[in-house]
Amino acid sequence: MDKQASDDPSSGAREERPQPQSLSDLYISFTLLALQGFGGVMAVVQRELVERKRWLTREEFVEDWAVAQIMPGPNVVNLSIIIGGRYFGLRGAIAAFAGILSVPLILILLIAVLYAPYAHEPRVVGMLRAMGAVASGLILATGIRLLGALQKNVIGIPLCVVLGGLCFVAVAVLRFPLVYPLFALGIVSFALAYRKLKP
Amino acid sequence: MNDTLQLHFQAADWLHLLLHYLSLSLISLGGAIATVPDMHRYLVDQQHWLTDTQFSASIAIAQAAPGPNILFVALMGWNIGLNAGTVTTGLLAALLTISSMLLPSTIATYMATSWAQRNQHLRSVRAFKQGMAPVVVGLVLATGWILASTPDQAARDWPLWVITAVTMLLVLRTRIHILWLLAAGALLGWFGLV
Repeated sequence: MDKQASDDPSSGAREERPQPQSLSDLYISFTLLALQGFGGVMAVVQRELVERKRWLTREEFVEDWAVAQIMPGPNVVNLSIIIGGRYFGLRGAIAAFAGILSVPLILILLIAVLYAPYAHEPRVVGMLRAMGAVASGLILATGIRLLGALQKNVIGIPLCVVLGGLCFVAVAVLRFPLVYPLFALGIVSFALAYRKLKP
Repeated sequence: MNDTLQLHFQAADWLHLLLHYLSLSLISLGGAIATVPDMHRYLVDQQHWLTDTQFSASIAIAQAAPGPNILFVALMGWNIGLNAGTVTTGLLAALLTISSMLLPSTIATYMATSWAQRNQHLRSVRAFKQGMAPVVVGLVLATGWILASTPDQAARDWPLWVITAVTMLLVLRTRIHILWLLAAGALLGWFGLV
């Protein structure tokens, strides 16, 4: 899927890097990722696909995640399509998409039936609260890990810190709806990167 | 959850449900959770297809369960289907809502990424990827921060912050598997230790 990448300076390592072996490898991998994702699948994807399986570098993960965020639709679902599509085209995208959704869909319908009577059981409530705290720690750690991907960015580290910091403040502190900071800061930082890159 | 509704769904109602989610799909920029207020307005306030309890329970269960949070849409469909008939109707409605929510956005994403893949040497494509990186990393940190700050009473909830901080350190410093961390959190919560 990546023949044109041969003259890209960063693509030399890509040929030797591990890849999904088949459509069923993709389907199973994404099913397992989805089933580990309590309170958000993204942290699991980063840890499994970048650090364990090494299908992606940290930089590629950030690029893919940017596209997954900017397109309509849930970001992990978009990410599965992007990664699946890269290796096996449309069939890969469908396999990864089915992986991230099919088993979790069956599971959640089962849970909906079984969970309803226990929704207010204090031990269940306590368990979910604590798992939520673990999930937020996972995502924060992912964010810190991804900071490393900015070292080689053409914009330069100081401007990256300013743009990332503004985005954090807008979303986490001022609680703006995601769309506004994403597009406003995205346009500024696109313009900065465009100027730095050679035509 | 005894406050269920009795609905008499006609073909036109199913079509409206389908169209509602198809249209939400393409405007769900920044994640489906951004479209929740609009779903509430339509499904609960305007059409009375779901009760408030069913609506919020659908979101809470999807967030607690493994898998993408977008599955709350399937649970809403499931509840509407149950209100309108039997378990079979519930299953069909779940499939209908989740597919109409995901198909348009998925096709758009696939087409956009195939295009970007073919044109990856364009200056604008490279500038987009480089430029978005710092914004996206800021966004990931913000997401973690927002999730960590749901507990609001410092005196009672400080142990949850400790769990978040310890998880973060373990993930950064060790290669421990995420499932062990989740299991440990689940046990601590189950026995009321946090």
